[in-house]
Amino acid sequence: MTEPLLRVEELRTHFFTRAGVVKAVDGVSFALERGRILGLVGESGSGKSVTGFSILGLVDPPGRIAGGRILFKGRDLAALPEREMRKLRGAEIATIFQDPAMTLNPVLRIDTQMIEAVVAHAGAGEETARGRALAALRKVGIPAPEERLRAYPHQLSGGMRQRVAIAIALMNEPDLIVADEPTTALDVTIQGQILYEVQRLCRETGTALIWITHDLAVVAAIADEIAVMYAGRIVEYGAAAEVLDRPRHPYTAGLLASVPSRNRKGAPLAQIPGMTPSLLDPPPGCLFRTRCARASAACAADPPPAGGAHAFRCHHPLEAA
Amino acid sequence: MTVFVIRRLMQSILVLFAMSAIVFFGVYVVGDPVEILVSHEADEAERARVAAALGLDRPVWVQYFAFLENALGGDLGKSFVFGIPAIQLILQRMPATFELVIVSFVIAVGLGIPLGMYAGYRPNSAGAKTIMAGSILGFSLPTFWVGLMLIMIFAVEMQILPAGGRGPVGSFLGMQSSLFSWTGLGHLFLPALNLALFKLALVIRLARAGMRETLLLDYVKYARAKGLAMRRVVFVHVLKNIMIPIVTVLGLELGSQIAFSVVTETVFAWPGMGKLIIESIDKLDRPVIVAYLLVIVVIFVLINLVVDVLYSVLDPRVRLAAKA
Ligand SMILES: Nc1ncnc2c1ncn2[C@@H]1O[C@H](COP(=O)(O)OP(=O)(O)OP(=O)(O)O)[C@@H](O)[C@H]1O
Ligand SMILES: [Mg+2]
Repeated sequence: MTEPLLRVEELRTHFFTRAGVVKAVDGVSFALERGRILGLVGESGSGKSVTGFSILGLVDPPGRIAGGRILFKGRDLAALPEREMRKLRGAEIATIFQDPAMTLNPVLRIDTQMIEAVVAHAGAGEETARGRALAALRKVGIPAPEERLRAYPHQLSGGMRQRVAIAIALMNEPDLIVADEPTTALDVTIQGQILYEVQRLCRETGTALIWITHDLAVVAAIADEIAVMYAGRIVEYGAAAEVLDRPRHPYTAGLLASVPSRNRKGAPLAQIPGMTPSLLDPPPGCLFRTRCARASAACAADPPPAGGAHAFRCHHPLEAA
Repeated sequence: MTVFVIRRLMQSILVLFAMSAIVFFGVYVVGDPVEILVSHEADEAERARVAAALGLDRPVWVQYFAFLENALGGDLGKSFVFGIPAIQLILQRMPATFELVIVSFVIAVGLGIPLGMYAGYRPNSAGAKTIMAGSILGFSLPTFWVGLMLIMIFAVEMQILPAGGRGPVGSFLGMQSSLFSWTGLGHLFLPALNLALFKLALVIRLARAGMRETLLLDYVKYARAKGLAMRRVVFVHVLKNIMIPIVTVLGLELGSQIAFSVVTETVFAWPGMGKLIIESIDKLDRPVIVAYLLVIVVIFVLINLVVDVLYSVLDPRVRLAAKA
């Protein structure tokens, strides 16, 4: 077996706040091959973004990676000095953020923001970089790219801005893109188009993708593998079809039951009762037990990893159908 | 853009009218300049003669319309005290004040932005804490006291800089200014520093606050995610954004510094416009006061115009035409 492009092992990213330690990511492991798409799903606050930022080396203080390894092409990013990390960011690991209205600098023109991303890495001249920017804009289906280059972000629509962000991510032909809810701020049709484009581009270029979202429908549409996060941990992990069709963890099952679907039309939507637990100095054991119908006394102890290729962490998993 | 500028100028003409009326009648209410101009022993006939010579024997509204008529022809009247055109008096003093204000702005911006940005970038460092403590002093120490201290230290004790007065002027491209002579610059330094301190403190605070706020924004994180060096993130992405509030505040400050840097000019015996207005108010020299304030209105209008244009350069979302 060859080494995958990215292997995250027991990643722990904690925020050392005055009130205590917030264990935003607490023992997360997964692997990603070239050209594959991993969907990272979970409720708000489950640590998805922090996982993404850990990979990019962009965790803000007081947070830091407190343990584990992030092996990217054989190098451990968790131990990489900032100088080296900067060279990787945007070049080998690109990112797309949630709200393109917030991520493009409002006072700089699109061309400035695209060209600098190339110049920072390739050592390319301004003109070469402009050519690459144009090509990237064409690739993501932006009409009249020359004009768009001269525009400021506020002169573009939300969908157009997100295409620009995708173009920026693709410009340096990265091996991995971390996309943090990139379609959440867009309406459904645009979301569909963008999903389709990104999937196509990743297949074409062999870029691996981590797609962070709380929307299971989106993940179902594009992911090869799915990792379900709950309270800083991955509670279920496996091939997308497996996880979606035969969930083993009660939390995944709950998430799936709360997605509106055509075949269950008319039936009331199930909701997971209770609230996301605080990650501030969390107790040991399964953190979902307070909201779980299947919980028992055993759940006060950490559930061991189980299941092999379709992995889950639960003392009382649902039956494999 | 052109429409915007024209509309602005029209508005300012209205302001000029209003200003001239308010000041004219205001000074009339305050007191009778004849009382100040003639000596105590002067008899009634002497007083009447002076009043008639200055045109002060007529009803005030007649005086005002006479003034307006002349003003439209470009004549703002003669100083009661000096007997020369008020505008000439003001223009004579203007270069001294301008050079003082310009140098003080260069000091405030040139030191304030880097210091403030540093303090915002490394808020917990000893350097940042020293800078912020210094800026509190800059805010709270009274200008006249700091001026006196500067004179004490640099002129009296160390004797490396002159205590006051404007030095010799040099000339460059036909302009006469102490900026173009070394001794002149020496005379300029202490008063300019004195005048700069408050603004310096202000710019430091604004730059620091802007830096801290902006560093937390998504687009800064995104810029870093693109792999940009921190240098570029700070000096391109952050700097351009924090310049917007700084330009606003400095624009406001610039006008009032030109018009009313009275304290500094007095402490350093600087022959600028601030001293002129104080002396004129003292003597109820109405033509000078009115002309002075009209000139100031024009300066404010011009500064605001420049600030608005700068805005649209700094922030592409600002559209000039959209604003009244
Ligand atoms: N700067 C910080 N200081 C303290 N805690 C933080 C900080 N940033 C994130 N956290 C904590 O980390 C946890 C995970 O946050 P994260 O942003 O990864 O959630 P998420 O899964 O991306 O949620 P969402 O769907 O809302 O984006 C949250 O509980 C949050 O309180
Ligand atoms: Mg998030």
